[in-house]
Amino acid sequence: MNRAHPYMANSTPEAKQHMLKAIGVGSVDELFEQIPNQHITTRRFDLPVPLDSEVELRRHLNETLGKNQTCEENLSFLGGGVWQHHVPAICDEIWTRSEFLTSVWGTGSSDLGRNQAWFEYAGQLGELVGMDFVGLPVYSWGAAVGHSMRMAARMTGRNRILVPELMDPQRLDVARTYGGFPEQGGYLEIISVGYNPVDGRLDLADLSGKLDQRVAAVYFENPAYLGGIESGADEIARMARAAGAETIAGVDPTSLGVMAPPSQYGVDIAVGTTQPLGVHMNGGGGVGGFIATRDEERYAREYPTLQVSITDTIEEGERAFGLALFQQSSYGSREDGKDWTGNSVYLWAIANAAYMSVLGPTGFEELGRAILRRSSYAARLISSIPEITVRWPTGFFKEFVVGFDETGLSVSEVNRRLRSHGIFGGRDLSSDFPDLGQSALYCVTEVHSVSDIDRLAAALEEVTR
Amino acid sequence: MKNGLRKYHAAVWDEPLVMEMGATGRRGQLFPVDEPGFGVAVDEVTDLIPEGMRRERPAELPELSEPDVLRHYLHLSQEVLGMMGISLFGTCTMKYNPRVTEALTRQPFVAETHPDQDVETLQGTLEIIHGLDRMLRELTGMDQFVFQPGGGADAAFLHATVTRAYHEARGDLAQRREIITTVQAHPCNPATAAAAGFEVINLPLEEEGYASVEALRSVASERTAALMVNNPDDIGIYNPHIKEWVDIVHSVGGLCFYDHANYNGVMGRIRARELGFDACMMMLHKTFGAPKAGGGPAVGAYGCSEDLAPYLTTPVVTKGEDGRYSVKVSEQAGSTQVREYLGNIPVVIKAYAWLRALGAAGVKEAADLSLLANNYMETRLLQIPGVTKGLPHLDKHRMEMTRYSLGELTEETGVTTLDVQNRMVDYGVDAFWLSHEPWFIPEPFTPEAGEMWSVEDLDYWVDVIAAICEEARTDPDLVKTAPHNQPIHRVAGTGLDDPERWATTWRAYRRKNGLES
Repeated sequence: MNRAHPYMANSTPEAKQHMLKAIGVGSVDELFEQIPNQHITTRRFDLPVPLDSEVELRRHLNETLGKNQTCEENLSFLGGGVWQHHVPAICDEIWTRSEFLTSVWGTGSSDLGRNQAWFEYAGQLGELVGMDFVGLPVYSWGAAVGHSMRMAARMTGRNRILVPELMDPQRLDVARTYGGFPEQGGYLEIISVGYNPVDGRLDLADLSGKLDQRVAAVYFENPAYLGGIESGADEIARMARAAGAETIAGVDPTSLGVMAPPSQYGVDIAVGTTQPLGVHMNGGGGVGGFIATRDEERYAREYPTLQVSITDTIEEGERAFGLALFQQSSYGSREDGKDWTGNSVYLWAIANAAYMSVLGPTGFEELGRAILRRSSYAARLISSIPEITVRWPTGFFKEFVVGFDETGLSVSEVNRRLRSHGIFGGRDLSSDFPDLGQSALYCVTEVHSVSDIDRLAAALEEVTR
Repeated sequence: MKNGLRKYHAAVWDEPLVMEMGATGRRGQLFPVDEPGFGVAVDEVTDLIPEGMRRERPAELPELSEPDVLRHYLHLSQEVLGMMGISLFGTCTMKYNPRVTEALTRQPFVAETHPDQDVETLQGTLEIIHGLDRMLRELTGMDQFVFQPGGGADAAFLHATVTRAYHEARGDLAQRREIITTVQAHPCNPATAAAAGFEVINLPLEEEGYASVEALRSVASERTAALMVNNPDDIGIYNPHIKEWVDIVHSVGGLCFYDHANYNGVMGRIRARELGFDACMMMLHKTFGAPKAGGGPAVGAYGCSEDLAPYLTTPVVTKGEDGRYSVKVSEQAGSTQVREYLGNIPVVIKAYAWLRALGAAGVKEAADLSLLANNYMETRLLQIPGVTKGLPHLDKHRMEMTRYSLGELTEETGVTTLDVQNRMVDYGVDAFWLSHEPWFIPEPFTPEAGEMWSVEDLDYWVDVIAAICEEARTDPDLVKTAPHNQPIHRVAGTGLDDPERWATTWRAYRRKNGLES
């Protein structure tokens, strides 16, 4: 290169010469002496011409990403685990701070602020879910389900996991991946529990029939994947406990200002997504997962995550933060540790912490009410449109299922037509849940106004007419 | 200036926990409550929740105004050293994170997109994913890249699951129970292999700096499912017999995975596929310029051969003849789906942009500079009494990173590598990395110079180590009680493994310490 690259201070001939001279070699190639010649490729790499000026790079990225359409310029009702919520501006202001953004793994003293922010993430999440032990976040909700069922299997020595039939297929796939294959040791068999077609809730008779001495855990979601509030949650937990199984619940933290925390209905392990807590959807790149339990050794000693605890310094009375139970992580014990851990979504944990503290108890309650009010209004309005039905029109939070069977149109056709109105219709459920016919999952949050919902209803009426 | 080093002191805010702050009734964020038209009053809306499912008591969260929250977290951010000073954190390849992509990925065309949008509305994102896939194929020789894994360890897990699916399809998974790795491989390799249901064989370190071909041969068998290794390892040793290793594992029917955590020194020179590997992994959050972020969001880019690609049940971005991009979803039920969606999109965009900014020549230049910087640093480090090179009998030049030992300093002064690490931060220099498990080098430390830092930065960093080694002789207590210029003293860590004392939440802490809520 003729010019020094802005990202690389030593890309000047002078700096290179200075280093070569100090090392005492004539060329850089000599430094690769450990690599046999035949390992070194002779290929002339065919990569695009470099855009080495920021002005060109920015233009290229702007042009390329400008081909996307967004949920801001369109009206979106997509959800299903990645939800469009309002992200308070200060969340972005905080996580983008270079100190947080570029931190690695310094000492507990020099990274005090970040470690404290992590603790505040876990501490506030613990208040929302009513649990005393919270790990640092894992990759996603699905990963949290996967790890929590493995925790339950190790605790109980059993290998069956019951999950709802109406579960996000991707999340279920991740859980299956964590479960492995029957040919192997440690295999977890995942068995679906049906739903009651009348209200969409877990079929307790089916659950009862499948609960036996082989079941390590019952996993269910509240609200469920299709939005329904699992009013029989305490009964599910009671049944699981009676069978000696753990109860794992996936919960939506934005519901917890108005909905009961999972601790209130007997859940042992609470999991869920951290994305709605102040993180943008990022095309699916905003996801993160949490795992929380009671602070009992039985649970704590099965966590695969890192977890930040309050601890002390060498100065009497001074507060610090450190990693509790580090030795059971894969960093501490390699293959003998609990599952594995690594880089996760720890920066988002800081955004989450800021989000929870800026909302506070009343903010979460207002948020919950705003979502309930808007989503119930939307369901009522949509169900009044001829030939469009809302399956399970009451008892849901944020999301509900809209049926198009009577319109004679497929969901994909409805959504295609809605796009020309600047609307992203709900997630198409027709191939994942054929029993539900041509159905879509509609998500309504605090970002939607009355006029947004009226606009959706008018467009739905028009495109299905 | 002492020893010619800068005067430095970290910000000290003595900041309370956010849960200890605030006052009743304060608000940091309001939501609309009284708009007309919704048909149900906001006060009655919780009636929509079935009885027994309503929250009875508000969550015990702090009540703060918006500026209170902002100032609190700004204070905390100032109590993080990060890359404000010099950070030569080995195994993590600290490099510049271009702010142009930090700014662009915060724009709505990334931030406000939903993964389930119709592909017609996500052409920009898909084009970039596809473009990065193509560039990484070119660099490695692999036939397909996916970006779903949420970090390097997750990509290792993906490989373990692909291995599982591959052998399962061939009907011999029950027999292929073992994954071979080495004690020098990153812990995520044995750990994810075990989590995927395999037994782990760890080959030992031998005289030449790696396990011998004979050692591998003695364990390779019809039970072998895969080999998972780093090369170079994080001591800085390159195994020159790696092609033979791959051949041995292939000859018994196993797969070979190249954990390219230490790719920075060999990028542009080594192509994993040309060495015979079936799959590899690179870390976009380190090697490709996206920020470390204290531990993610991250991406372990996983690349594999066309033979393995059919076992990926993760969604794959393809380009049609019409130039439009689409997402191919596997027909099979998930057996290798390690996470939801296409990956951490902002990180993928940052890596794509970094590669576009450097081009082929720039990538090679970065690798060259990382070796130059490491070896330059070494010439000065080894002049410091008490500092030796890990495995000093191996005298060839190391690559982008070298593990050193402070064993001699400890013997002489009692000052350990942990003490030195704690003292560094008093000079505004981020702590160095010590070593992954197992530790086979006494009092280890592992700096990685990389291509970002200037000669002057490297000199300064070495000057700090030299000054601390000198302090170890003249005033060892100063080092043993460090840090002294940070917001708190050295972390003692009492009670972190004690169920009566650990507290990962504020509610647990209050309960265990008898505090009022």
